[in-house]
Amino acid sequence: MATVSTSDFKGGLKVMMDGDPYNILENEFVKPGKGQAFNRVKLRNLKTGRVIERTFKSGETMETADVVDTDMQYLYNDGEMWHFMVAETFEQYAADAAAVADAKKWLKEQDVCQVTLYNGVPIGVSPPNFVELKIVETDPGVRGDTSGGGGKPATLETGAVVRVPLFIQTEEVIKVDTRNGEYVSRVK
Amino acid sequence: MTLTSYNHWDPSCSIEHLRARALLYAELRRFFLDRGVLEVETPLLGRFGVTDPAIHPFITHLNLPGHKDPETLYLQTSPEYAMKRLLASGSGSIYQICKAFRNEELGRHHNPEFTLLEWYRVDFDLMDLIEEVEALFSSLFETNPHWEAPQRFSYAEIFHQCLGLDPFKATIEELEASARNQGLLEAAALCSEDRSVWLDLLFSYYIQPKLGHNRLTSIYHYPAFMPSLARRSLDHPECVERVELFVAGVELGNGFFELSDPIEQRKRFEGDLEERERQGLPVHPIDDRLLSALETGLPDCSGIAIGLDRLLLLLTDQKALADILAFPMDRA
Repeated sequence: MATVSTSDFKGGLKVMMDGDPYNILENEFVKPGKGQAFNRVKLRNLKTGRVIERTFKSGETMETADVVDTDMQYLYNDGEMWHFMVAETFEQYAADAAAVADAKKWLKEQDVCQVTLYNGVPIGVSPPNFVELKIVETDPGVRGDTSGGGGKPATLETGAVVRVPLFIQTEEVIKVDTRNGEYVSRVK
Repeated sequence: MTLTSYNHWDPSCSIEHLRARALLYAELRRFFLDRGVLEVETPLLGRFGVTDPAIHPFITHLNLPGHKDPETLYLQTSPEYAMKRLLASGSGSIYQICKAFRNEELGRHHNPEFTLLEWYRVDFDLMDLIEEVEALFSSLFETNPHWEAPQRFSYAEIFHQCLGLDPFKATIEELEASARNQGLLEAAALCSEDRSVWLDLLFSYYIQPKLGHNRLTSIYHYPAFMPSLARRSLDHPECVERVELFVAGVELGNGFFELSDPIEQRKRFEGDLEERERQGLPVHPIDDRLLSALETGLPDCSGIAIGLDRLLLLLTDQKALADILAFPMDRA
């Protein structure tokens, strides 16, 4: 892997630290009045998701991490692993629960997700920003009440629970923003 | 940062911020005109660089037709030495708005090419100078309804207030414990046994962010082992007569009651060069013209440099230099 210095640090760069791959979130150059320059860096551990802060002497170097984000189609869950496929090459990858983490409640077969591979193994999954999912259970709304205030919970086919307006019924398909878990619209 | 985005032909700041800069320069010139301080101009390209091991100059070469050996020239990292030569020749109080260049500095608050306001007041001591700086800031920020009266703390006071430490007496172990308590576990590896690096790190992480909220905060009486070009304090021999300015946690300026003793100045320069050698940094020649000027006699004076790009950033309430520079490094 290539070596990068603090001057190359920028959001999105993946580096190796203490044996784990990290994603750089922020890099602040700090130089006291007349003294040694530092880089104050925020990084996310790509295995645990934990965000940490670390200071480097300016000019220090690190190894880049063999981490790539690849678009893959979600195939199925076999009870233990979640299986994905690169559409162009038909290459398949199996991700464990730690890698899929919170994304699992948005995964619908055929949807294209971003899978983060570290040394060829999935360590993270990002669902599409918007997913269309069928409601399997929600209280029947009171007819004519479209004021919308508050809404009601609805369970989706993937198991996720989102708040929807009162007029939305079971069996309907809705569009959800996976970044904040909010209802966007009804899909006709 | 890669410098390959050639499609970025347009300025990164708004036209409104170009106007704010022009207005700032007009106000500064009026301020100094009213006080009888003379505007001067000194070369940006000089024969000498600085010896300070933490400042890295841009180096270029003068090629004259027919001459085989090009002469090394330095883009000035500050107009300080040239302005002191003017002071020694009887200019009286002077100021300058000019570009300065520092290599290896790039970030949210750093651009390798930046604009400085530097001024010197003959017969001012450090406190007289701080008072003038406070007057300038009050007038520049007068349209900000939240602006409050300026504050001054000595370096020792502010360390005591923020960290409960005496920066002059605390042992390295105590400095390390303070960093560890705040979760900065890598501090020991970064600073090792270097006291000034320890103090710099603690200051920039745990003190600086608290300074100058809706006001100007001046920190004075820096430790004597961070002397730069400041005179040693007569009342506090462990300190030098140096001040740093902060607004909104941003360091804006650095000033001194200027050292005028040519022998002490040469000693400091030589000390810097030894440190440069120790760190494997290039060793630049000492500015003998400055030393000759000091030998002739620098009048008692205090001087300060203020980063105008950062000042403009705060006046316009922006976050990064790229928001107020027309063409920051990646568009230059």
